[in-house]
Amino acid sequence: MKESSTRSNWQNQMCKNTYQLMAWTGAWLCTTALVTFGSKYLWDYQASYSIVAISLNIIVGFGMIRANIRHLDGADELMKKVQFDAMGIALVVGVVFGLSYEQLHQIQLISIQPEISDLVMLIAITYMSTIIYGHRKYS
Amino acid sequence: MKNRLKVLRAERDWTQADLAKALDVSRQTINAIEKGKFDPSLPLAFKAARLFNMAIEEIFKDQ
Repeated sequence: MKESSTRSNWQNQMCKNTYQLMAWTGAWLCTTALVTFGSKYLWDYQASYSIVAISLNIIVGFGMIRANIRHLDGADELMKKVQFDAMGIALVVGVVFGLSYEQLHQIQLISIQPEISDLVMLIAITYMSTIIYGHRKYS
Repeated sequence: MKNRLKVLRAERDWTQADLAKALDVSRQTINAIEKGKFDPSLPLAFKAARLFNMAIEEIFKDQ
């Protein structure tokens, strides 16, 4: 059986799911940028344009979520385990440390105002680190 | 869980990629199963048994 140069149906489907996830994620990033920078530089915070932009951002966001679910559904069991472990750890770290960071500001131990972007970065870094760890663990 | 996947694969001169393609999983999954780092699910174990035309117990041994 020397046919590893051709891909199986599952591998083809996984490639397709991955490209679709990339496309939807890219589209969501573009609409997020449109909301942020369009308001400031294009339509000077006019409410009607902002509402359209944020609605588009949310719709594309749902598309990205569906693409993510489809990607996970198509993954094999080891890939699913690595992904779910990473998501679980990222969620817990985000909630625990995110709340603690917010509380540090509330109890006036720090003067820096926590931003939502700080939480997003924390979750993203935790998720990526756990994915890398998971892949190394099973290699 | 110990298994004989590597031996059975070698007997048929298959690469890990060949076996992965036959079982519709990634090569990394086959590698992890062969090294005992990951236990396959029951459907995957049955699939492997059908592929090698053997009983599951002949391929996978509970430690």
